[in-house]
Amino acid sequence: MKGDFIQNLGKIYGLYTGGFLLFIILMAILEQAGVSPDTIGYLFVGFTIGIYALIGVLSRTMATDQYYVAGRQVPALYNGMATAADWMSGASFVAMAGGIYFGGYGYMAFLVGWTGGYVLVASLMAPYLRKFGCYTVPDFIGTRYGGNFARLCAVIVLVVASFTYVTAQINATGTVAARALQIPFGVGVWFGLAGILVCSMLGGMRAVTWTQVAQYIVLIIAYVVPVVWMSNKSGFGLIPQLSYGDAVQRVQELEALHQVGVLKPTETFAGLSALVNPINAPGETFMDKWKFATLVLCMMCGTASLPHVLMRYFTTPSVRAARISVGWSILFIFFLYFTAPALATFTKLSLLDPNLATGIIGKSITEVNALEWIQKWAAVDFLRVSDSNGDGILQINELFMRSGIVVLATPEIAGLPYVISGLVAAGGMAAAMSTADGLLLAIANALSHDLYYKIIDPQAETKTRLIVARILLLGVGAAGAFVASLKLTSILGAVAWAFDFACSGLFFPLVLGIWWKRANRQGAIAGMIGGFVSGSAYLYYVHFAGGEPWMGIDHLRFGIIGMPVSLIAMIVVSLMTEEPDEETQAMVDAVRTPRGGTVLASNH
Amino acid sequence: MATADSNHEAHWQRTKGLTTTVLVIWFIFAFVVHWFAPQLNEFSILGFPLGFYMAGQGSLFAFVVIIFWFARAQNRIDEEFGVAEDADDDE
Repeated sequence: MKGDFIQNLGKIYGLYTGGFLLFIILMAILEQAGVSPDTIGYLFVGFTIGIYALIGVLSRTMATDQYYVAGRQVPALYNGMATAADWMSGASFVAMAGGIYFGGYGYMAFLVGWTGGYVLVASLMAPYLRKFGCYTVPDFIGTRYGGNFARLCAVIVLVVASFTYVTAQINATGTVAARALQIPFGVGVWFGLAGILVCSMLGGMRAVTWTQVAQYIVLIIAYVVPVVWMSNKSGFGLIPQLSYGDAVQRVQELEALHQVGVLKPTETFAGLSALVNPINAPGETFMDKWKFATLVLCMMCGTASLPHVLMRYFTTPSVRAARISVGWSILFIFFLYFTAPALATFTKLSLLDPNLATGIIGKSITEVNALEWIQKWAAVDFLRVSDSNGDGILQINELFMRSGIVVLATPEIAGLPYVISGLVAAGGMAAAMSTADGLLLAIANALSHDLYYKIIDPQAETKTRLIVARILLLGVGAAGAFVASLKLTSILGAVAWAFDFACSGLFFPLVLGIWWKRANRQGAIAGMIGGFVSGSAYLYYVHFAGGEPWMGIDHLRFGIIGMPVSLIAMIVVSLMTEEPDEETQAMVDAVRTPRGGTVLASNH
Repeated sequence: MATADSNHEAHWQRTKGLTTTVLVIWFIFAFVVHWFAPQLNEFSILGFPLGFYMAGQGSLFAFVVIIFWFARAQNRIDEEFGVAEDADDDE
């Protein structure tokens, strides 16, 4: 039966995609028939979550290798889709286009960093970790370097990095659920968590894999359809990603016309910003370029050390499949990422161009305030129109928005039917849920496999291990939802921190474990502690203690402090202490050779 | 045993060579190109200012190509040294 499922993946997901498209058409018909927008939003989110829950329940399992690594039989292409969904979070889906809208060129460092990191994953990490045959990332650290303390250090870095990230994702599911289902944010958070847990509780990695594939399909359709529609409407054709160059040029003219960057906002509203950064103005100074490059580097190395990404490549059938799977992953990610700047550009064009019906800058405040989408999004605090200079006309520095609005409200700004807004809500939900699923599983698996089974009770039976894993999943999820409901940081800040934590503590211990035979336990421990502690201390200094950033290294880039400390500590301490024994060196040799089965036994 | 070791050593040398090449190309698209974005914006490609294009699309596409190329090249190396997995290990 299982073999059948794997062989029929193409058919099953083909049917699923067709079914989803039919569902969209059905919703469009219902909208025409006069069904209320609220009901359509409700149906979209409810229907998709129902499907994921069904897949999650059908994929339940009581076998450890199924629970931890989906039986290592996920074909490269599907693992690529699952990784793309795992990877693209609420931040990518909801916040990225908004980030480019507000941040302009500088923000595109995230685009470059979050894709280029996969080159490091493919060339330095994934195939070797797959050959190693571990269940979790700390499993590699613990076995390669030996000793429970190294394993424990890896677990701690993993938990801190992933937990920071998961609160942001649960926050995003809460936001979308609250909007689509008209419930308070605090309730939305718990509702989102329930949806996430149904997908992962019973089937672990196996269930998460097959729901993530389904979630990728929903999120990519939801992201691309509105952009294509909008582009077609404004005369840029059906492949906007290739044809929005002229729109960029036009936006540059409009930005000059509306004095973007010259007119600064004179008021502030919490969480909302006015547009001050032009779309294409890369800085000329060394500091501007340095800030771009350092952000790119942190995001890349973070990508290559975030456990929820790396563990996806443990599920492929072979080392060869792991490598090609990284290629599929980045291709599927690319589809969304190269659309995001197009979306940001079209939104800018829609709002700024006085020749378009949608253009609002330069219109009278009363006229703008009468628009339905302005009223609706202002009511939920996503937007504010404030006539700061009292001249009755809306200037660029008088329109305040939250960055998420660029994706969520675009269909309405461009006057698309409500069915598209419902689709976008379902896509945002899929993006945030799939990432939260991967992260929660990474945390719970590290705690159950590495902390409980390997360190606390190595005699534990399979059944007990899997029950502990599920209880931990529930506990970690609840903790995440609780922290998310406190709304401590913005979605984007928390996401960048996760990358910095991961690259500070784990990047070099992982890379050198494979690429430097001489690396030993003492060195790895020094590298993990040194990098993680120095990075965290710097974050505290620059973000919480109000310290002056050194060399422009602010809280988004603290990995620039953590990584070199980690590297130097690891090399110096390794060289000062004994080289690893022959057994360990032979293990490294085995990791470097694809042939010959995993280094760890399959049911370790 | 000696030949197995030297075969392994030769395979690893080639692997390291390929990885280095990949990382050099990666470095160019990740850092060098964007360092010169203001200058690149003087040129245009497909109607885009080139500096903007590289950050918004060009480098991303280059990464996709590098990874697929790397996967193929590494497979060829593995096969050449007889350390590739059997074909039926996939799917």
